Amino acid sequence: MAGLSGGPLRFGRCSHAVVRALPESLCQQALRREKAKEVDFARAEREHQLYVGVLKNKLGLQVLELPGDESLPDSVFVEDVVVVCEETALLTRPGAPSRRKEVEAMKTALDSLSLNIVEMTDEQATLDGGDVLFTGREFFVGLSKRTNHRGAEILADTFKDYAVSTVPVADSLHLKSFCSMAGPNLIAIGSSEVAQKALKTMQQMSDHRYDKLTVPDDAAANCVYLNIPGKGHILLHRAPEEYPESAKVFEKLKDHMLIPIANTELEKVDGALTCCSVLINKSSQL
Amino acid sequence: MTTEVGSDTEVKESEKLRTNTGSENAGDAPESQKEQKPEIEEGSPLPTAATQRSPSSSGGKGISRFIPPWLKKQKSYTLSEPKDETQKRELPVSEEETVVEEGECHLSEETARSKGKLEDISENLQEAEVVGREEKRYVESQPAEEDKEIVSEATENKQDTEDGKRETKEVQTNEVKVERVLQKTPKKIRIVQAKVVLLDGIEYSCDFEKKAKGQVLFDKVCEHLNLLERDYFGLVFQDHTDQKNWLDSSKEIKKQIHNLPWLFTFNVKFYPPDPSQLTEDITRYFLCLQLRQDIASGRLPCSFVTHALLGSYTLQAELGDYDPEEHDSGYIREFQFAPNQTKELEEKVVELHKTHRGLTPAQADSQFIENAKRLSMYGVDLHHAKDSEGVDIMLGVCANGLLIYKDRLRINRFAWPKILKISYKRSNFYIKIRPTELEQFESTIGFKLPNHRAAKRLWKVCVEHHTFYRLVSPEQPPKAKFLTLGSKFRYSGRTQAQTRQASNLIDRPAPYFERTSSKRISRSLDGAPVGIVDQSLLKDFPVVAGERTLEAAGQYKLKDEEGRDLDGDIAKMPQLEDGKIYSLRVNGENIYVRHSNLMLEELDKTQDELLKHQASISELKRNFMESTPEPRPNEWEKRRITPLTLQAQGKFTFQTEESSIGTSRTIKSSHETLDIVEKKQAEVGIAETVVTDDTNRGKIPFGGGESQKMEHLSKKDSSSLSSNSSSSESEDEVGEYQPHQQIMQDTIKEELEENETIKEEKHNSSAEVYVKFSEEVSPIQTAIEHKELTETLIQTNEASTKTPEKRKLRQLDDEGLKEEKEEDQPKLNGEASHIDLEISPQLICCSEPPLIKTEMVTISEASQRTEISTKEVPIVQTETKTITYESPQFDDAGDAGMLLSAQTITSESVSATTTTHITKTVKGGVSETRIEKRIVITGDADLDHDQALAQAIKEAKEQHPDMSVTRVVVHKESELEEEDL
Repeated sequence: MAGLSGGPLRFGRCSHAVVRALPESLCQQALRREKAKEVDFARAEREHQLYVGVLKNKLGLQVLELPGDESLPDSVFVEDVVVVCEETALLTRPGAPSRRKEVEAMKTALDSLSLNIVEMTDEQATLDGGDVLFTGREFFVGLSKRTNHRGAEILADTFKDYAVSTVPVADSLHLKSFCSMAGPNLIAIGSSEVAQKALKTMQQMSDHRYDKLTVPDDAAANCVYLNIPGKGHILLHRAPEEYPESAKVFEKLKDHMLIPIANTELEKVDGALTCCSVLINKSSQL
Repeated sequence: MTTEVGSDTEVKESEKLRTNTGSENAGDAPESQKEQKPEIEEGSPLPTAATQRSPSSSGGKGISRFIPPWLKKQKSYTLSEPKDETQKRELPVSEEETVVEEGECHLSEETARSKGKLEDISENLQEAEVVGREEKRYVESQPAEEDKEIVSEATENKQDTEDGKRETKEVQTNEVKVERVLQKTPKKIRIVQAKVVLLDGIEYSCDFEKKAKGQVLFDKVCEHLNLLERDYFGLVFQDHTDQKNWLDSSKEIKKQIHNLPWLFTFNVKFYPPDPSQLTEDITRYFLCLQLRQDIASGRLPCSFVTHALLGSYTLQAELGDYDPEEHDSGYIREFQFAPNQTKELEEKVVELHKTHRGLTPAQADSQFIENAKRLSMYGVDLHHAKDSEGVDIMLGVCANGLLIYKDRLRINRFAWPKILKISYKRSNFYIKIRPTELEQFESTIGFKLPNHRAAKRLWKVCVEHHTFYRLVSPEQPPKAKFLTLGSKFRYSGRTQAQTRQASNLIDRPAPYFERTSSKRISRSLDGAPVGIVDQSLLKDFPVVAGERTLEAAGQYKLKDEEGRDLDGDIAKMPQLEDGKIYSLRVNGENIYVRHSNLMLEELDKTQDELLKHQASISELKRNFMESTPEPRPNEWEKRRITPLTLQAQGKFTFQTEESSIGTSRTIKSSHETLDIVEKKQAEVGIAETVVTDDTNRGKIPFGGGESQKMEHLSKKDSSSLSSNSSSSESEDEVGEYQPHQQIMQDTIKEELEENETIKEEKHNSSAEVYVKFSEEVSPIQTAIEHKELTETLIQTNEASTKTPEKRKLRQLDDEGLKEEKEEDQPKLNGEASHIDLEISPQLICCSEPPLIKTEMVTISEASQRTEISTKEVPIVQTETKTITYESPQFDDAGDAGMLLSAQTITSESVSATTTTHITKTVKGGVSETRIEKRIVITGDADLDHDQALAQAIKEAKEQHPDMSVTRVVVHKESELEEEDL
């Protein structure tokens, strides 16, 4: 095994993914920041299936698909309920009370992967996985409406090897609503003022200097990077039909295998690409 | 003596010293040493460091304490470092072994005798007196010569150098003797025994002269350890409060530990960011030992997995390959891998140990270190503190800068390049931050340490870390200045760059050393002070005036060096690329400021990028500098000081503290400030507030018509500037007064005083300003009246309404007069431009949160506006007053870091335009909402400025009851009336 995630070379390594089917209740009851258009459930399902299909078939990950739960309209966004880094999984305490039950199914799933599981029991703490950006070298935790200082603190206690810096997130749902990792050392970042401000904060907080990939659309800055042995750098990003200008930016990444994925429906309930999966690297050695 | 000779002397001395050391006869150390010490340090900071090191780095370091005072004195005067360096490098390698032996050989019988005595006595930690005059001479002079020879033999390959050395030595000997004769006094030699707990938990004790400097002991320990790459290490002692202090090698031990037991621990002081660059395995081994301590004690937190991995490397290094027969289940329990070691962890460690088969101990150590260095807290020296809101935080000093933690979360970070100045006053610790794009001013952030000593310790650690990691060579301690306060402490050891160079020259076969079991470490953790947690550096620099009192303030300006000492090599080393030394300096204080403009986080950039960036920055810098008063100090002084004083009729003085700016003028004004500070508020007296008044009324006759123009222009400018928010304040804030608001002067004063009280809590300096400000008010008015200045602060339209007559006249005159005026007053133009630009605002700084100090740097404002105002200035007399309110706000986003939001609101009424710029930032856990209001009031001569000001302040307060006024800058522009013309 390699300690400390083995550095940037191993960043993005992934063997397993956890996803969850979307319940029909999502259309009506899922939390959203602003009333937008109606979610087309059929289309949302199709898009999600495509997403899962890419992980499973195209990338060859072992995908654990949790069943949907009509009582948990937001449960498709599995990212928020757990933070996995190396062999340790921190089950979160989501900021939205209605989502706290989502954790249970995830716990069961992770048990089967024999990860070290840490639960966030502190009632003062809230943390959404969507606010956690792991760069391979350190964590940034967005302090948003969903995530508080105590939650970040518990995350820091859980992943002691890494620096955990807090980033204020004012006008977005999550930190990763406008950014994500697009490569081992590459932060994809939206162009909005909020996003740029957050990026500045992260740059100041870090001893390391990251490259940045600025895309015109905040939503498009949320992409999924994977590093699959034999396949190299893989990037799931929003489709050109949705964000043509941002897609052009991604297309400049020559080293990446680019996989455009539409996410039009879940976006209406503030869902982004990273939200829909939990990526885990179970190294065979341990 | 000439410099050269001096340097040689040093070398020689050191050699001599070695011999002496060998004898262990401390007979030489004279009492006078003490007295001379100050000179040494002051006079030749650089040389001292080098010299002490060079000779001593070879075997004979311990000896230096035996150096007779006069010898040391000579040292201090040695200026020729470069020479020494070359010699130095050679010495360490070849001379070590020989030196010691030599020393012993040379010892005279007498010495030996005395030695024997001394030893007996010293064991009991008693002090023995030896009258060593004669012996000394004998020992010294003879050994010196012999040493030369020996040395030369030892360093066969370096013949050339040696020759040089010899010659010099001889010269020196003579001198030395002479001095000796002159200075002889009966000396008492007191010998003490010190105990040093080494990293493997073993206690090492040695005897040496009581007056020895820290270096002597340190060198002894390093010799004992056979360690050459020493600069990463240091000795620590615990004070009465159990705080850990670094032993200053340049200062006498006795003075540092006072009455504490002579008990030290040997520790890593500077954690190498890239340990693989260390030359010797033995160095890495000691680093390993330190890290194991750090980890086992919990100082260096790591996850379960990492504990297991690191533990397994420890086993591999110390036990070799896993052997199922030898290593039964119990073998591991004697090791401590983690603060809370579980069975599960031990099992994991064993499991991993099995996988390391074949790794040599050195390889295992390397693996250990490579993993440990990635831990986020590697090399971070933590200090407890509180932020301005009294929230507990931790300040972490590391190679890259200063980290701020709240609980376990990093909430802010200030890389060294971002820090312009580090200072402490009492128990407060301040860093001055380079302005960001969103701020025009350098901001100062304060932290509250538990006590004065803690603040000073932190300050010193910062100074040392910055110097070690960022500079090419240590900075010289500030020279004694008139009115200097505070600590002159500087890091005197080698920097990382230097030590790397030196270790490149290490050319010895890898020394054999035994890896002692870590078991011992864990044992010693229980009892002995091995694991020293808070490593704070308490080095007291001798003869620093300020240090006597608790009030002592230390400041440290961060300066990036150009690699002056290390020639070509520097360029290659990323850390060294900081840039140039800017002489922006702070008045009268010994402050160590680094201007690393050029080094903004560029470490990871390529050379080209760096250069480009540097170029652009230096361009900016140049512009900035050019526009600052520096180039024309005289004019400034005249304007600011003389006229004002006159106006004030002796009542009020203008303080110009261009802390960050000017040089020449600064001196005068700053001194003033200092005085004031001492008188009024000796407690705090920081001087970074700039109070300037540049009203040149009376001096400059104005043409009425043109002034209007000016105003228009300036308004325009200001508006545009304000939108950018990057422009300098004063410009934007061409103040216009609202005639409507009538408030009595008293009110103003009251308001001001209120502010004062608020401020007084923590920043005296600001308070001062206030006082002055209030004083100013009346004088200004009077002055205005006398001179009958029309306040043109106003837009023409409005003005005209109110004083139609005047306006008209002016306008009429305008056209006709313009040309004349311009021609007539060429002088004025020049001066006038200054006025506008520098508009040196009167700054009232008050910061409510005790710790946050807002500095008003007037300088910046002057810079870019020059062009704009230049034209118009000549015509109009301008008084500038800008009102700015800054105050930290305690808002919900306490945890956040950095800039939260910024917005600009502009509202206009008939007679006033208010621009409100709101910036929310969080720094170091301190959330700060800064509201800058620019109120442009247009009015006529009759306008009561003070009232307007008071009103503005009042309104601001009413609007933001929860905030405090941090700064008030009044920018008045007044025009002379036609009568004057």
